[in-house]
Order: sequence, then C-alpha cells, then structure tokens
Amino acid sequence: MSETTYQRLKDLPAYHILGTGTPMCAGCGGLATLHEVYDILGEKCVIVNAAGCMTLLSVYPCTPFRGSWLYTAMACAPAGAQGVRDGLDILKKKGRLSQEEDLEVVVLTGDGSAYGMGLSATSGAMDRELDFLYLCYDNEGYGNTGQQFSAATPHAARTATSKGSLGYPGYKKDLFAIWAAHRPSYVATVVAAEPLDLARKIEAAGKLSGPRLILALSPCPTGWEYEPSATVEIGKLAVQTGIWPLKEYVDGKVTHTKIPHPRLPVREYLKAQGRFHHLFAPRENRGLIAEIQARVDRYWQEVL
Amino acid sequence: MNRKLLTGNGAAAWGARLARIDYLPAFPITPQTEIIETIGNWIDNDALECRMVTMESEHSMLTAAGAAAVTGVRVFTATSSQGLLYATEMLYTVAGWRVPLVLVNVSRGISSPITLEPDHNDVLAMRDCGFLQLHCATCQEVLDNMLIAYRLAEHPLIRLPVLVNLDGFYLSFTREPVQIPSQAEVDRFLPPFSAGSIRFRGGESLSEGVAVLEGSAYSYFRYEAHLASLQGLAVYEELGLEFGELFGRQYTTLECYRSEDAEIVFVMIGSFATKGKEAVDRLREAGAKVGLVRPRLLRPFPVSALRTALAGKKGVAVIDQNLSLGKGGILLTELSSALYGIPGAPPILAGFVGGLGGRNISNEEFFEIHKVVQRGVATGVCPAPQLLYTDEELRALRKMQSVARAAKTNRGGGA
Ligand SMILES: Cc1ncc(C[n+]2csc(CCOP(=O)(O)OP(=O)(O)O)c2C)c(N)n1
Ligand code: SF4
Repeated sequence: MSETTYQRLKDLPAYHILGTGTPMCAGCGGLATLHEVYDILGEKCVIVNAAGCMTLLSVYPCTPFRGSWLYTAMACAPAGAQGVRDGLDILKKKGRLSQEEDLEVVVLTGDGSAYGMGLSATSGAMDRELDFLYLCYDNEGYGNTGQQFSAATPHAARTATSKGSLGYPGYKKDLFAIWAAHRPSYVATVVAAEPLDLARKIEAAGKLSGPRLILALSPCPTGWEYEPSATVEIGKLAVQTGIWPLKEYVDGKVTHTKIPHPRLPVREYLKAQGRFHHLFAPRENRGLIAEIQARVDRYWQEVL
Repeated sequence: MNRKLLTGNGAAAWGARLARIDYLPAFPITPQTEIIETIGNWIDNDALECRMVTMESEHSMLTAAGAAAVTGVRVFTATSSQGLLYATEMLYTVAGWRVPLVLVNVSRGISSPITLEPDHNDVLAMRDCGFLQLHCATCQEVLDNMLIAYRLAEHPLIRLPVLVNLDGFYLSFTREPVQIPSQAEVDRFLPPFSAGSIRFRGGESLSEGVAVLEGSAYSYFRYEAHLASLQGLAVYEELGLEFGELFGRQYTTLECYRSEDAEIVFVMIGSFATKGKEAVDRLREAGAKVGLVRPRLLRPFPVSALRTALAGKKGVAVIDQNLSLGKGGILLTELSSALYGIPGAPPILAGFVGGLGGRNISNEEFFEIHKVVQRGVATGVCPAPQLLYTDEELRALRKMQSVARAAKTNRGGGA
C-alpha cells in the first residue's frame, strides 16, 4: 500500500457521488460503506445487485446511482456480473464499445447472499477468474427481512431468530478464508469507520483485475439495536477490540493493515449494542463473554 | 442450401450458429448436451465466433444470459427438465428485464421419480413467466424456428425472450434430413441485433430490474409485458410468411392437418403430434372424418386461430403429454378456456393424458380416443378425462411392485 493517493484524511473525495434521500435507515453502516466505495470507484461501473437492503436504493422511477445498475436475484449477482463482463468484452472486441467506455463490474450484496445463498455463484465466478469486484456489506444478518440470523451472524448475537438467553448458537463463517482458498486476485476487510484504510484498499483493488472481494463490516442500527449516531463509534470499536481485523490478501499472503494496539476488551464492543444486551443483564454472562474474548485473543495470537 | 441428416439437437445448434450468436452460457443436462458440445466444437475450430462460458448452475446460466443480453449482445442457451426448473426464478426475472434471447428446452419429465424420458411438464411449468414458447415437431422446424425466435425476441413490439421447445429423445436424438440455409440467406432474414436504448455506459444512470413499491406500477409493467407477448401472434404470422418467401417453408401459429373437413379433431403439441398425424391417416383410410390441429405457439396462445380452426367441429380430443397434479392435462385447460362460450364451439371436448415420461402413444390408442370422442358426440355427454394406459402395462407394473415388495421382505423390512 505504499503508492497510494490516500495519505491523509483530507486526500479523500470531498463529496459523495451517490445521490441523497435514499430509503436506508438512519445511520446505516452499509450505506456509509457504499458511499465511500462509490466515491473511489467513480461512476464508470455497473453495479450488479442481489436482494437485500441496498436493492431499495433504486426504486422506480428514481436511482441515486450515476452509473449503471442491474438487479438480479438473491442467489446470482456474480452470475449477472459474468454476463455483463462477457457482454462488454464482446462489444469491445466487435468495436462497438471503446476501451475508454469500458466499465468496472461490481457486485453488491449483503452477507446473506455473500456467505450463503450466493456462495455457489461466487465460487463459480472465482473459478472462471471473472474480472469483477465484489462488495459485501456485512450487517451480520438477513437485514432486509428483519435481521434473522445468517451464516455471518457472530456467536451469541440476538437476532429475530435467536432470541434466547444465549443468542445465536453458531459461529460466524470465515468468508475471507473461503475466498482466499480460491486464490483470487484480492480480498480485503474494511469498515466505513476507517475511511482511509478503506480508500486505499479500493484503490488497490481497482488496480488489479480478476475476482476481488471487499468485505465490509456494516453496523446496522436497526438490527444491532443501537442509536444511529453510534455507527462510526461501533465500527471503530470493532477494529479496536480486534473483533473485525482489517486485513488484505494478495498473492497468497495475508497482511493486517491496522493492528489494534492496545487491543480493547471485546465487552466494550458488545456492551454498545442491544443485540448483546442479554450478555450483561439481568446477570452478566461472564462465561460467554470470556469465550468470545478467547476466540479473538486466539486469532491475534495466531496471526501476529 | 445444403441438406444434411441432423438430430433435433444438431438442428438447434445450427440454428444458433446461423443466428450468429455472440454468447453462450451453458450447463450440461441430458438430453440437451449435444447442442452445447456441437457449438463448443465450432467455437474451438473457429467456425463460429462466440464466447462460451460454463456456469455452475442453470440459475446462474440464465442470469448470465439475461445480463449479457442487457449489454446488447445476441445470446443463446439451452437446458432441459430439472435445469429449466432450477432456472425458474431467473426466467421470470429475465423476461421482466424485457431482453431478447433464445432458450432451447429439450423437454424431459421432471422428478420424482427421476427419468430421462420426455414429456411436457418442464416447459409447461414455465407458461406464465413471460418467455414466448414455440413448440417444434420436426428437426427442420427446430432450425427454422430458432431463426424466427430471434426475430420475435428482438422485435421492437415484443422484446421478450423466446423458448424453443423440442422433445427429448423423440427429436433430440432422431436424425432427419434438414435443409440448412446458407449464412448469406439467413443474414438477409436475421440482421445483427441492435440493443437500442438498453445499454450500460459510464456516467449514465441506467437501472434495470429496479424495485417498484406499489401495485399500480407493478401491474403496469407486468401488463405491458403481457401485451407485448400477445403481439407475438401477429408478428409470428408475419415472420412465418416472410420466412416462407425466403426459404420456401412457411410457418403459421397453427398447423392444421386434414382438419378442414374433419368432424373430430385431435389437438396436440410437439413431436408427438407426428404420431397423431399418422393416426389421422390411418383413421381416414378407415373412413373416419378426422384431423389434427397443432399450436406451434403455446405462449402467446393462438386463441382466435384455434377458435376458427375448431369452429363447427363435432368433437375435439386434447392429448396432453403432461399432468397438472390435482387438475389434469394442461393443454385441455388451455383449450377449454379458449373455446368456452364461443358460438360454434365444439360441444365435445375430451381430455387424454399420454406420453408421460416418454410413454409411447400407439396407433390403436388414437383409434380408441377417436371411438371415445365419437361416443361422446353420439350421446352428447363429454367423456371424463382419462389416462392412456393399457392392461398390459398395468400387469408389467404390478410385477415390478411384487419384486419391490419381495426385495423389501428379504431385507427383513415390511410386514
Ligand atoms: C430466493 C429468495 N429468497 C428469499 C428472498 C427474501 N429476501 C429478500 S432480502 C433478504 C435478506 C438478504 O440478506 P442479506 O443478503 O444479508 O442482505 P441485507 O438484507 O442484510 O441487506 C431475503 C431473505 C429473496 N428475495 N429471494
Ligand atoms: S436494516 Fe440495517 S443494513 Fe438495512 S438499511 Fe437498515 S441499517 Fe442499513
């Protein structure tokens, strides 16, 4: 990440190119991510979207996008990207589209698609070395359908379908590792609350071709139960507690781009969200909090 | 013009080649595979300039096909049975995008029980999705109708994808002499595809497949697609005429075989109708006034052409190679709704289900069907729908059941 345009915060784009007045919830971390990514990518892209919250950005007859947009279905946005990429390439070859007119093909989905229903289409696209950028805004649940748990939901989180005192019994699927196992061009985790790190990664991804994933933790005030004004703070806490490691995969190597030091206890992050409220009241569930802490500690021990 | 022995699959591949397809997303399924393999070989040998991509499922295949069509390239793909069903969600979606492409379905029964043999339940399950449906009876018709299908799909009044159906095994693997028109002739009939206003460009706010938040907008767009589909009847007739002038083989929405002076008419779709035609000849030899009517289009349904063709007939036998569980034959339903309350509509409309899972329909059975309808005509009582099934078949099945039971007992299971 040495040759970057984004040395300091003031190097970031000064205004957003995605239109305002969208129907997203106030404080939506997914929308914040999309704003930042779109600003760096620019309007010369086709966004191929799967069912989820962001589908409601383009509601007839309006769209906040300055470039192109195609809604597919929940399972198959990467396949839509394949069709668009191939179509554009055919047009270029036929001289019906100039190199300057060419577009970056971007898949935009939530975690429900990216970790679950759309994983087969994603794996296929990687197999075929499709030249596309995949932006997953990870709000750790099926947000648009009322925040039921998905394969991206963290252990112990309360969701619409894990309301018991222990929350979600499963563990968050490691999508980063699943992608990396396909040996794609690029994989990175980001969070909107760290815009400089995010901008550099989009910049890096933009210089590469082939399958590229930007996996963005996207705090969701509605599903995670916190005040919309706290989205940035929660995003920062996710990084500072080490729950959301900022990293990238290039050429078979994983590098951590921001190592939390000192690392805050995970309880700081958990305490800030209603979805973990049952870990603290009516009685503190020390065992479960310790388990979450231990998993985070083990992760950092292994990678550092 | 070049005459060759081609299978139905080969004819479909030739149709795609002559249409100068740009893009072929694919996924294998029997009995469609030969189409893709043939085109794949042409691509490898530079006989065809086309990008082929093997997808990981039919759901993705249809998505890629539709998405590429949005960019403005000419797209072809093919599937069958389970594959068609797996892609269902995207058939509706792609039709909603209002993009032209041609999808061949090599029809095959749907599991379970699992089978490789043909019937029409796969393709008829897609009746309502917005794809126009052409049903072919011969290998020649497959090739010719692929070319017509692109004209239909790309027609400015239509802009809907088209499904061309051919029966698995009966057509897919049967060789027939097929006239292969020259590329120059085809180019005159089918010029290159121009995407018009649908295209992706940097800095242009083009959104496809966007959400609508209330029923009136949704109704509007769905109904628009319905009206566009209905245009398919007149456009098909026009194109069929033009095709006839250029190639000497004319196509109409209905094929009427010896039906003009017939009193009793068989109605069938697809290649099984050729068995029906053979039976008509035999019955005519025996002095029966019988004919056959075969809709080439199932969507849009040629309602007024059928009304005209069947007006004044004494009885109609609809022979379905499909079964809507809990209802009966699907074509029978289509026919009843087309004929209901129409002056001169045949008083007897009888339904027969045959040919499920590739089951043959014999000449004797057509004779029997004719007899049943004749009886209906004489008594004025519409015969109840029935399954074509012989005593011999039932005996053979009972034998299988006893084997299955014995096997179960030998394993120590069962009572
Ligand atoms: C095939 C299919 N099944 C279910 C749905 C219903 N559905 C719409 S959005 C959604 C949630 C998607 O979750 P995610 O991908 O995490 O995106 P988010 O809603 O969080 O933005 C679901 C289940 C659908 N559109 N399609
Ligand atoms: S539910 Fe969550 S992810 Fe969806 S729009 Fe609201 S805040 Fe954003």
